[in-house]
Amino acid sequence: MNPLQEARFLLRITRTQGIVRRYFVVNGFDGALTMLGLITGFSVSAPASPSLIISACLGAGIALGVSGVSSAYVSESAERRRALEELQMAMGTDLGDSFHGRAARWVPMLIALVNGLAPLVISLLILIPLWLAEAGLELPFAPLSASIAIALLLIFLLGVFLGRISGVSWWLSGFKTLLIALVTATLITLIAGD
Amino acid sequence: MVAVKKLVLDVLKPHQPNALEFSSRLAEVGADYRVHLTVIEVDEHTETLRVVINGQTLDFDAIQAAIKTLGGSLHSIDEVEVFSEGGSG
Repeated sequence: MNPLQEARFLLRITRTQGIVRRYFVVNGFDGALTMLGLITGFSVSAPASPSLIISACLGAGIALGVSGVSSAYVSESAERRRALEELQMAMGTDLGDSFHGRAARWVPMLIALVNGLAPLVISLLILIPLWLAEAGLELPFAPLSASIAIALLLIFLLGVFLGRISGVSWWLSGFKTLLIALVTATLITLIAGD
Repeated sequence: MVAVKKLVLDVLKPHQPNALEFSSRLAEVGADYRVHLTVIEVDEHTETLRVVINGQTLDFDAIQAAIKTLGGSLHSIDEVEVFSEGGSG
């Protein structure tokens, strides 16, 4: 078994594929909405340099990533240990050398990685226009507006992903998450705007 | 030399991996292994199985190791078929 096949097998025998998906969407949504909030806040306040905006957003993205990794690891390793102990009690044998023992060690790391990387990668994608502007590239749109557009697109796509998983209309699910993002941006504009 | 051609095993295993995956992985232990698995009893966390394995030369140690790796526990060997090949001993 190659590492990818083994990872899928371990997730399957622990029935944690759903947890991984949930963490990906929940924390990815957190990352996208946080970036949207920060960038909307910057766009309605006194002009700030792209490097300052990038630093603030990157700081938030890294914090979300580290928080995602650590919180998921702590909770999932406790859950997996408990599940393994229950199984060992039922089997009346030590399962440390079995796939179940390996799953109890690796699955929490895998889930933690997904939980941490989802908001970080989404934050980095949203920051691309700001990085390009910082590098001196001429963009057809204002970098802040382009970043907001990417954030809205990613939030819509997360909704589409949720819709496809749950078997409901993908565009309705995408529209719902997009609506949440638009309400958030509107609230920030109303409250934080001059 | 004595070759083991058939084994009937009483095995306890967790619900996961499921019967199909469990038997497929046991079949992968040898090139010509044929596995027939019957679920005898299902409990809250475990399943009791009757596993019949046929092959030209079954490697019992490798089969036992595969069962352990899959989280199973071999309770008993219920039936064996062996052949003496070559030599009169």
